[in-house]
Amino acid sequence: MSFLLDGEEVPFIPGQTIMEAARAAGKYIPHLCWDHEFAPHGSCKLCTVKVDGRFGAACTVAAHEGMNVDNRSAELDDKRRTLLQMLFVEGNHFCPSCEKSGDCKLQATAYELKMMSPHFDHFFPDRPVDASHPELLLDFNRCILCELCVRASRDTDGKNVFALSGRGIKTHLIVNSPSGRLADTDMAATDRAASVCPVGVILRKRRGFKVAIGNRTYDKAPISEQPQ
Amino acid sequence: MSAPQHAEITDAVLGRNSRDSTRLLQILRQILEAIGHLPKTVLVQIARELKLPYGRVAGVAGFYHFLGLEAHGHYRVLWSDNIIEQMQGSVELCEEMCRRLWIEPGRVSEDGLVSVGYTSCIGMGDQGPALLVNGRTVTAMTRERVATMVDLIRAKAPVASWPREWFAVTDNIRRRGILLDHGLDAGAALKAAMARGPAAMLAEIVAAKLRGRGGAGFSTGQKWQACRDAAGEAHYVVCNADEGEPGTFKDRVLLTGYADLVFEGMSIAGYCVGAARGLLYLRGEYQYLHEHLEATLAARRSAGLLGKNIGGSGFDFDIEIHLGAGAYVCGEESALIESLEGKRGTPRIRPPFPVTHGYLGHPTTVNNVETLACACLIAIRGGAWYAAIGTEKSAGTKLMSISGDCARPGIYEYPFGVTVAQVLADCGASDTQAVQVSGPSGICVAADEFGRRLAFEDLPSAGAFMVFDDGRDMFEVARNFAHFFAEESCGFCTPCRVGTSLVKNLMDKLNARHGSPHDINELFKLQRLMQSAAHCGLGHTACNPVVDTLNKFRPAYERRLHSMEYEPAFDLDYALSQARQMTGRDDAGAHLENAS
Repeated sequence: MSFLLDGEEVPFIPGQTIMEAARAAGKYIPHLCWDHEFAPHGSCKLCTVKVDGRFGAACTVAAHEGMNVDNRSAELDDKRRTLLQMLFVEGNHFCPSCEKSGDCKLQATAYELKMMSPHFDHFFPDRPVDASHPELLLDFNRCILCELCVRASRDTDGKNVFALSGRGIKTHLIVNSPSGRLADTDMAATDRAASVCPVGVILRKRRGFKVAIGNRTYDKAPISEQPQ
Repeated sequence: MSAPQHAEITDAVLGRNSRDSTRLLQILRQILEAIGHLPKTVLVQIARELKLPYGRVAGVAGFYHFLGLEAHGHYRVLWSDNIIEQMQGSVELCEEMCRRLWIEPGRVSEDGLVSVGYTSCIGMGDQGPALLVNGRTVTAMTRERVATMVDLIRAKAPVASWPREWFAVTDNIRRRGILLDHGLDAGAALKAAMARGPAAMLAEIVAAKLRGRGGAGFSTGQKWQACRDAAGEAHYVVCNADEGEPGTFKDRVLLTGYADLVFEGMSIAGYCVGAARGLLYLRGEYQYLHEHLEATLAARRSAGLLGKNIGGSGFDFDIEIHLGAGAYVCGEESALIESLEGKRGTPRIRPPFPVTHGYLGHPTTVNNVETLACACLIAIRGGAWYAAIGTEKSAGTKLMSISGDCARPGIYEYPFGVTVAQVLADCGASDTQAVQVSGPSGICVAADEFGRRLAFEDLPSAGAFMVFDDGRDMFEVARNFAHFFAEESCGFCTPCRVGTSLVKNLMDKLNARHGSPHDINELFKLQRLMQSAAHCGLGHTACNPVVDTLNKFRPAYERRLHSMEYEPAFDLDYALSQARQMTGRDDAGAHLENAS
């Protein structure tokens, strides 16, 4: 069974989403909140595609025989660029000084989609960092609310260290302790949640800049040419 | 109140709710009502007792407007910020109240006595300005009432001792049709349905061509059939009484004077789909109706209309009421189900739809209050009779909640197909500039379109009908709606979370006379993105009022533009205002010559 992705035939197994089938076929659909290890979430909307003329998130729409899916069209990449700009301005992202620069999916996707400026006015939210944990640092300024850490901690680590609170533009990541400090949770540096963050919120301490800028993941090849 | 007292109250509330984690929202509400805020120690206790992670409890408390982790005042006053009530002077009254209390809106007074702020429309558009004080509804506010209320707050008089007439909510039924004049005794419709049998009753609903009254207009018969056919251990009926669309208050009136009909409709739905349990999700703003609804349920139980083996038929059915806590998005059926399960009200990924995977994963039919009430009429008089009323694709009648610039605001029942002009004439509106049909997420209709019909074929509506006369500024209307959506976005998906705030900011920028035609293009661009990429209907429709008014009332925007070319967003003179304040200067030399 197969469907067309940007005019190319992509095989699929019934039950697979468009994203899963595309990944298996080595095709890149831009995404941030999706990771093949975890249940689809569908919140970042970067993977918005056009299925037989209708918009849908590739990570949640099931593949069907003969469907015609637009992915990297100018129209869709334009929408994705705007979504990226939204993510950049709602948080505080300073790529040049960020430890995750070069390993960051948000930054890499922005390069891939040729985002040249943030376009919108910055929101400059006030988001204090949490350095309480002996081995991990949380810099909430960079959070894009993808909930990968929420899912990894809950579904893989069985710990529920992370959760979301607030609503609307005030939605924010919290940790599972009344003090609000990561040190007061059972988070360990070996948890899956510690390494799942696509941006630079969850960082290992004392590892800063161990790999030099220029030798990092997306310095070597653009995100669209890397295994997903 | 001391920490041990908090613990004792929490323990009692947990006990009353059987330490059931799906009742988390109800537990938080009840504790808030008893204590006045939600201390962390209480959240820790809840998490421990319900065996939930602390973050989950804090996440739920942080989602709903009426909950929240910060301390509220001992008196918490929330003014309804519906545009209609703003037109009636709610903002000036709220400012007056704040001035008299020496507080800033949205902030708690230094002594912790009182906070005054705003909340989204509380469903009193026909008798505003209205407010909530510690969850209780006060209508028809005036300057005199503000003055007396401030005195009562200062004197620390319990809300229960305040003048009774302040809490009066009137029905204002102006035009009755088959629904509001039903003339049925409690139990008659259920008896008729049971005489038909479940399959035949469902066939009548299909034949009646009944469509959902919440606005989307999905076929009720198809929904019930899909739910009935879905495999599952248990089936559920959910009544969506989360009437949050600004300007809508018809469900409030149905729940007040027609509660038996609504509950009976739920029973009929349960009978058709094979459910033994019904849940009514009552919006938090209608808390004052809770007691009355529980009393109606109790009467129905004693009459043998709810419970085991109803009418000796072997049909078991009972109904439970859940209260919301201030979240418009919970009107979306999958978000409502999440909320019923005691979670943050975030819409689910669909498919699967609730008819197959709903409450606790079981097949669930979610229906609007009015839809369920209509089912009773169909049980008695049959589908063919019902389908003959209204228009080809919109059978039956529709309740309209009319508010704004008209002589007789209130509830009007019309057969589908009535023109906007007819409704305007009936409610005593003159010099009408525009009508917002179905609230902010609906359609703004200009004077040259008043011949259009209220029906799914033309102007679909959840029931709001907001009237604006020639003296109103349609830009201000759209700006109010933009603020509403930014406040009510659940924050789950990027386009809606950030987009609603960007739209709000752009509208404020235009209002501050710093906009340019570029900003107007930006509004169109954001609308296209949100309509195509948002996760649910809230985001899809959030730009409707802006785009509608841009297309139909463009001069209201353009007169706010300084230049048709370019206007910098940065105001140098404004930037100096802090320096002026610090140096205590306000002379001419402290201002820029070209200041606006």
